[in-house]
Amino acid sequence: MIRLINLFFIVFFLLSTKAYSLIEIDITRGNLDPLPIAVSPLFQNDSSKRNSINELNIENVGSEISLVVENNLKISGLFNPLSKEAFLQKPDIAHLKPRFEDWALIKAQALITGKVTIEDQKLKVEFRLWDILAGREMMALAFTTVPSNWRRVGHIISDKVYERLTGEKGYFDTRIIYVSEEGPKTARVKKLAIMDQDGFNTKYLTLGNELVLTPRFNPTSQMVTYLSYFKNLPRVYLLDIETGTQEVVGDFPGMTFAPRFSPDGKKIIMSFAKDGNSDIYTMDLENRIVERITNHPSIDTSPSYSPDNRFITFNSDRSGFQQIYVMKSDGSNVKRISFGKGLYGTPVWSPRGDLIAFTKLHKGKFYIGVMRTDGSGERLLTENYYQEAPSWSPNGRVLIFYRETKSNDKGEGFSAKLWSIDLTGYNERQVQTETDASDPSWSSLLSN
Amino acid sequence: MNFSKSFRNTFLVILLSLIVSACATKKTTTKVEGQMQGDVYTGTDTVKYLADGVPDRVFFATNESILTTKSRDTLRKQANWLRENSSINVVVEGHADERGTREYNLALGERRANAAKDYLITYGISADRISVISYGKERPVDSGSNPLSWSKNRRSVTVKAN
Repeated sequence: MIRLINLFFIVFFLLSTKAYSLIEIDITRGNLDPLPIAVSPLFQNDSSKRNSINELNIENVGSEISLVVENNLKISGLFNPLSKEAFLQKPDIAHLKPRFEDWALIKAQALITGKVTIEDQKLKVEFRLWDILAGREMMALAFTTVPSNWRRVGHIISDKVYERLTGEKGYFDTRIIYVSEEGPKTARVKKLAIMDQDGFNTKYLTLGNELVLTPRFNPTSQMVTYLSYFKNLPRVYLLDIETGTQEVVGDFPGMTFAPRFSPDGKKIIMSFAKDGNSDIYTMDLENRIVERITNHPSIDTSPSYSPDNRFITFNSDRSGFQQIYVMKSDGSNVKRISFGKGLYGTPVWSPRGDLIAFTKLHKGKFYIGVMRTDGSGERLLTENYYQEAPSWSPNGRVLIFYRETKSNDKGEGFSAKLWSIDLTGYNERQVQTETDASDPSWSSLLSN
Repeated sequence: MNFSKSFRNTFLVILLSLIVSACATKKTTTKVEGQMQGDVYTGTDTVKYLADGVPDRVFFATNESILTTKSRDTLRKQANWLRENSSINVVVEGHADERGTREYNLALGERRANAAKDYLITYGISADRISVISYGKERPVDSGSNPLSWSKNRRSVTVKAN
């Protein structure tokens, strides 16, 4: 259904450059002083331009790729891409050897240059990252792929630049799966939708005939698990987004919900509700063996594994109110970790392992926050009328969640949108979607 | 002395009447806001009827699945109706308001639907005539964002299945 893996990337280093550089970005703190960077349009020669129009109906794909990179770097909050109008050097000349003084003059500290060619239905892209202050090249890479992949090339360049300058993996060559919402609140139509992390290439995976909720990516493959009310039987489903095939997960005599993959991608963990009681279960995707993990008369739901698969965090109202717990993955050693004022839900373990993100409800306000895995160091990142369900970027630096607005007494003014915020609590932004949206889940990096 | 005593009495009377009127005001506002007791909906705006005098739904307090006296009364009426119409099966739909996380609300809706189902069973209705489904907060009847709207949405609704 969706071509994800069938794109081939040949990546090779033009030069190995591990040399010491003067610029680096500290991403552990709120970055109030983003790095000024110049993203020069990638140079494309005239014959290639003709191919570009033929293949993609885009006149200058080099320029378009640079815009993808520029936008990514800008929304990360760590970079300040400079206006191209101020650039003094032509793209092709800058790519060969930048005149560092010219770029320093416009206060650029880093520069991205590149070149694209389209020949024989292949898109070849090379780019270089330059340290303006030190006056030297920091990185040079080239890719070959199919022309229709040009936006992904922009994302991969962004990831390489981010990684080189922050020391951590990027999160730009990723996708978001979410629930697209339309219609009045009392008869909302919901569809599964998937898009690139920057809001482009939206595709709808279901038609809206049945209610669908809470899609989540498998961190290791192009599989998705979600809740569907197909035939009015709310069950957890497994969907292959490449082939479009789907199946019910397990054979439960009642509602299964709140699914999530284990980090190794081999199991689905979810809740099963029976006779008014919800407990946590897992199903092994290879041998289909179902295991019961919790057995308690309270509501146990929203489970999420630690990245090493050894622990599970979940929320339960066994104390009387919804709170966050951690247990070993066999269900033993259950410990409550949230003790602040209010209710706590939707815990999600960071891919880095050190933090749990959550939703908190206190005095009529909803918060997205993080705490250490023992419950200490609670930090609330954002407060609003309604927001919930954080999902981590694959590098554990950004959270995406959804936010709803309050409606008036006639029910008008309601909206649901995706938002992202840095772990630092800075850089809160709305993520563009074609329709109203909720329940976002961030994929792993598509390429590494 | 007498004067000061009567003054003190007057003062007490005023104070008392202030307290009483404060309570009264509070009660009136709740009523004006719309037929809620505590935060359980007691009105009939959204209620439909399975048969004459048999309301289709019961309402719950925030985060609760406990049946109120009125809910139990409604469910006994439903049980009687089901006994008289033994060919009818029902689905009990459980719902929550929008002020909770989606997944928890799915579980809460299921718990509420089962609270109603269990009560029907204790009044002699066979379990296999009653199925349950939770919609969590997905199917509100009132789309407002205020305590009264939320109270109408915290409900379980008994629906004919055949």
